[in-house]
Amino acid sequence: MARLNVNPTRMELKKLKARLDTAVRGHKLLKDKSDEMIRRFSVILKENKLLRDEVERELADTLKQFSVARSVTPSYQAETAFAMPSVAIKADCEVRSIMGVEVPKLSVSTDKRSDGLPYAYPEITSEADHSVERAAALIPRLLRLAEVEKAVRMLAEEIERNKRRVNALEYVMIPQLEETIKYIKSKLDENERAAVIRLMKVKNKA
Amino acid sequence: MTGKIAIIGDGDSITVFKAAGVATFAAENEIKAKEILRKIAKEYKIIFLTEELARPLSTFLKRFDEEPYPVVLGIPSGSGSTGYGTECLKNAMERALGVDILFND
Repeated sequence: MARLNVNPTRMELKKLKARLDTAVRGHKLLKDKSDEMIRRFSVILKENKLLRDEVERELADTLKQFSVARSVTPSYQAETAFAMPSVAIKADCEVRSIMGVEVPKLSVSTDKRSDGLPYAYPEITSEADHSVERAAALIPRLLRLAEVEKAVRMLAEEIERNKRRVNALEYVMIPQLEETIKYIKSKLDENERAAVIRLMKVKNKA
Repeated sequence: MTGKIAIIGDGDSITVFKAAGVATFAAENEIKAKEILRKIAKEYKIIFLTEELARPLSTFLKRFDEEPYPVVLGIPSGSGSTGYGTECLKNAMERALGVDILFND
C-alpha cells in the first residue's frame, strides 16, 4: 500500500493521527448505516415481490376480462364510450425518508367519486362495467406497488454507493494513513537515535 | 401535494384505465413511448408503462431512479406478464445485496 507523500515531521504526524481517527469513526458509522439499510431493503424487497405477483395476476385477469367484454360492442362505440372519463384519479404525493434516502409516498385521493362509470348503461355490457370497477379498485394497489418498487430501486442504488464508500475507507484510506503514520514514527525515531549517537561521538572526542 | 397519474401502452390494454380515471397515452412502439415519456415526465407524477414498452427502454428509465418523482412503473399488458418486473427486482437485489434472497428456490 502506497504511503502518502508527506514530510516526516511531528506536525504531520499529529495531523495524520487526527485524520485516521476520523476515518475510523466514519467507517464504523457508514458500516452501521449500510447494515441497517440492507435490513430495511430486504423487508421492502419481500413486500415488493408479494405485491408484484399479486398485482400482476389481478391486472392480467382484469385486462383479459375487459378485452372479452369489449369485443361485444363495436369498437367505435366502445371508443366513444370510454373517451370521456367522469372521474379523475389523483394521487397524494409525499416524500418519505428511509435512512436518508428520499422515497415517494403515495396515496389515492379521488376528488369526486361519483358512481364512476363514464358512459350510459345501454352502450356497454355489464361485464365491461365490472372490469372497469375492478381496474379502479386495483389502482390503490398499483400505486402502492409503484411506491415500493421505486423505494427498492433507490435504496439499491444508495446501498451500492454506500458500500463503495465503506470499502474505500476500509481498504484504501485507513491502511494508507496507518502506513504513513508508521513511516513518520520510524523516521522520527531514527532521527532521534542519530542525534543521540552524534552527541555521544562529540562527547567522546572532547 | 397531489400528482396526476398517467398510463402509456398500446390501445387495448389502457382503455379500461381511461374509464377508471387515469390519463392514457397510446404508443405503438418504444420510440413513441419514449417521446411521450419525455413530454409528460414533468407533468405527471406517476406513470405506468406496459412491459412491452418498458423493456427496450430500461436504460432510459434508469434516469428516473435518481429522484423520488416521477415514479415510472412497468406493468403487464393484456397479453400477460413478461417477467420484466421480476427481472428489475432481481437486478436491484443483486446490486444491493449480492445474494439472492427471494428466488433461490
